[in-house]
Amino acid sequence: MKLGFSPEEEAFRAECADWLNGQMQGAFADIRGLTGLTEKPERRRDWERQLAAHRWSCIGWPERWGGRDASIVQQVIFAEEYARAGAPNRLNHVGVELAGPTILAFGSDEQKARYLPGIASGDAIWCQGFSEPGAGSDLAAVQMRAELRDDQWVMNGQKIWTSLAQFSDWIFVIARTEPGSVGRNGLSFLMVPIDQPGVSIRPIEQINGEAEFNETFFDDAVCDASDILGAPGDGWRVAMALLSFERGVSTLAQQMQFRNELDAVIAAARANGASRDPILRQRIARAEIGLRLMRYGALRMLSNADRSAIDGAALTYKIQWATWRRDLGELAMDVLGQAGEVSDAEGYHFPMLANLFLYSRADTIYGGTNQIQRNIIAERGLGLPREPRGAA
Amino acid sequence: MDFALSDEQRMIADTAQAFFAEQATSARTRAAMADAGIDRALWTAFCQELGFAGVFVPEERGGVGLGMIEFACVAEAAGSQVAALPLLGGAMTIAALVESDTAYGDERLAALISGEAIAAAAADETITISGDGRLSGDAILVAHGAIADSLLLLCRGEAWLVPADAPGVRVTRRTTMDQTRPLAEVGFDNAQAVPLGAQAARAAMATGLLCLAAEALGGAQAARDRTVDFALERKQFGRPIGSFQAYKHRLADRTVEIEQARSAVYWAACAIDSGSAEAEIALPAAKSFCADAFFRTAADMIQLHGGIGFTWEHDAHLFFKRARSIQTLLGTGDFHREAIATRILDRAA
Repeated sequence: MKLGFSPEEEAFRAECADWLNGQMQGAFADIRGLTGLTEKPERRRDWERQLAAHRWSCIGWPERWGGRDASIVQQVIFAEEYARAGAPNRLNHVGVELAGPTILAFGSDEQKARYLPGIASGDAIWCQGFSEPGAGSDLAAVQMRAELRDDQWVMNGQKIWTSLAQFSDWIFVIARTEPGSVGRNGLSFLMVPIDQPGVSIRPIEQINGEAEFNETFFDDAVCDASDILGAPGDGWRVAMALLSFERGVSTLAQQMQFRNELDAVIAAARANGASRDPILRQRIARAEIGLRLMRYGALRMLSNADRSAIDGAALTYKIQWATWRRDLGELAMDVLGQAGEVSDAEGYHFPMLANLFLYSRADTIYGGTNQIQRNIIAERGLGLPREPRGAA
Repeated sequence: MDFALSDEQRMIADTAQAFFAEQATSARTRAAMADAGIDRALWTAFCQELGFAGVFVPEERGGVGLGMIEFACVAEAAGSQVAALPLLGGAMTIAALVESDTAYGDERLAALISGEAIAAAAADETITISGDGRLSGDAILVAHGAIADSLLLLCRGEAWLVPADAPGVRVTRRTTMDQTRPLAEVGFDNAQAVPLGAQAARAAMATGLLCLAAEALGGAQAARDRTVDFALERKQFGRPIGSFQAYKHRLADRTVEIEQARSAVYWAACAIDSGSAEAEIALPAAKSFCADAFFRTAADMIQLHGGIGFTWEHDAHLFFKRARSIQTLLGTGDFHREAIATRILDRAA
C-alpha cells in the first residue's frame, strides 16, 4: 500500500499537464472551465477531435483502436490533469467510457472496425438508451420492441432520460426482440444511428431550466442486422457489463469538479462571513472530509480493479458521491443565504452553486437511485434476501 | 500508487484477526470487565507471541520494523473483538519513546514492547508544568490509568512521562461506562516528570488518533457483520427480518460509512508513514469520521436486534460503549472537525 507516484508516473503526469494546459490556454481557451453539459456543443465536438488527433481521446483503449494501452494509474493521472487543466466535461463520455469498452469486450472484429474508429476520432458521439417511461429503477421492464425484417432491425418504442441525445450520432438501446418475453429474457443490445427519419428527439426541461435529458422516440427506426452486441436475447448481460464500466477512472475527474465546487462554497463562506458560523464550519469540515474519503475510496476501488471478490468500495461509491454532492448543494445555499435564490441572468439560469443545489437532486436518482443502491448494497454486499418481485 | 494492502500486510491483518477472534472471546473480555479492564494473558500473548506491541518500532530499537499501515491492521483487529487491552496508551507511549533517543527511552521501550510494563496516556491542557518538569493539576481521566506503570501526558504540544508510583501522583479508579477501557482519575501534586519533547508529542498523538480510528473501523465492521447474521436468522411475519427494506437500508447506510471509514484509516496510516503534511487533515478526519460511524453502527446493532440487544448478556452493549468512549478520547468529533475548518477556512487568502 502506497499513495505516492513513481518518477515514470510523474513524468507522464507532466506530459499530460503540458499538453492539456497548452490547449486550454490556447486554441480551446473559450471552452475552458465549462461545467454545464449543453453549452457550446460544436466547440466540444472540435475538442473531441483535437484530443483524438493527439491520441488522448481514449487512452485506456488498445493502441490498435486509437488508444495508448494506458495502465489504470496512467488513466487516473490523465483524468486528474484533465480536470485540473479546466478541460470541459467530455461530450463523448458515453462513447469512450461505456460503448467503447463494451464493444471491445463483446464485439466481433468487424464490429470493432465499424464503431471504434468513430469514437476514437471524435466523429461519432454516443448516447445511452436504457430507461423507458415504464422502466426506470426496474430496468428489466423494458417494452421497446425490435424485429428483424430483411436484414434490418425495425424498432418501435420510446426511451427517456437519454443524456445529450440531441448532440449524438449513435444511441445504444436494449429492446425486446422476443415477442411475449418478460423481464431480463428476450432483450437485445442494439446500436442505432440517430440521423434517420424513424428516430426523433425531444429535450426535457429540467428543474434548473437546462435540458440535458431527452425523450427519444423510435417509429419504425432501423439499424443493420449486424448492429447487435452479443446474441439476440443476450442484451441484459451485455447491458449489465456496460454498467460495470461506469465506475471507471472517470470518477477521479468527476472528483476534481467536486473539488472546484467545494472550493467555491469555501470561497463564498469566506467572502460573506458564513465561515465564522460554528455550525457551518462543522458542515464545511464534514464536506471536506467526505470529499477526501471519496478520493481514497476511488483509489481503493481502482487498486482492486482486477480482483474478483465483491469490492465494498465500488459497491458503495455511487450513493456516496451522489449523497455528498446533494448535501453540498444544500450547504451551498445555507452559506449563500437568500442571495443564492436570485440570479443576474435574464432567463431562468443560475450561477454554479445555486445550479448545483438544483442539479444535484438528479444525482441521487439517475444511474440507480439511492434507494436502489441500498438494495444492491444489502443484497449483493451483505447477502440479505432479495426483494420479492411482483408478477410482470 | 497502489492503495491496497500488500500480501505481507494482508498476512499481518489475517494473523491479528485470527488471534483476536480466537482469544479475545466474549467470556474472557467479560472476565476482564468485571476485574481491572485488562485481559493480562491476552496482552502477554499479544506482546510476546505476536510481537505486535512493537509492530511499528524500528528493528534497531527492538521492534518489528514495520509501519503505521501494519499497526492499523492490528488495531482494527483488536477493535473488532472489543478486546480489553491497554493498546491505546501502550502504542502512544511507545511512539513517544521511539522519538526520544536515549538510554532512558530504550529501557522503557523494551519493557513496553515485551508487555512487562503497561503505559497509559492522556492529552490535557489544564496541567501546569514548572520549569524543572514538575506537574500539578486537578484530576484528569486516563484510560487504563489504574493499571499503568507509567503515564504519558500530552500538554501544550509537549510530551511528559511520569512513573505512576512517583511522589505526588494520585490515581483513583472510577466506575466506567466502557469496562473494556476503564478510566482512572489522575491528579498531580508537584510530581516530577521526564520531558520527551514536541516530536514525541506529535508522534504519540498521531499514533493515538490512528489507533482509535482503526479500532472504530474494526468495531463498526464487526457490529455490522453480527447484525447481518442476526438479520438472516431471526424470523418475524414469516420471513427473515433482514428481508425488510427498512432493515436492509439501515445496514446499507452503515456499510457506506464503514467503507468510508476504511478509506480514512488507511489514508491516515499512509500519510503518517510517508511523512506527508496531509496527515494533519487525515488524522482528525479519520478519528472523527470513524468514531461517529462506529457509534451509529453500534447504536443500530442494538436497535436492529430488538429486545435481546438491550440485554447485558448480548455483546451489543460492549460495542456501543466502546464506540461512545472512542468518540470522546483524544478530542471529540466537533473538536477535530473544527481543526479541519480552521485549516481550510481561516488560512490567509
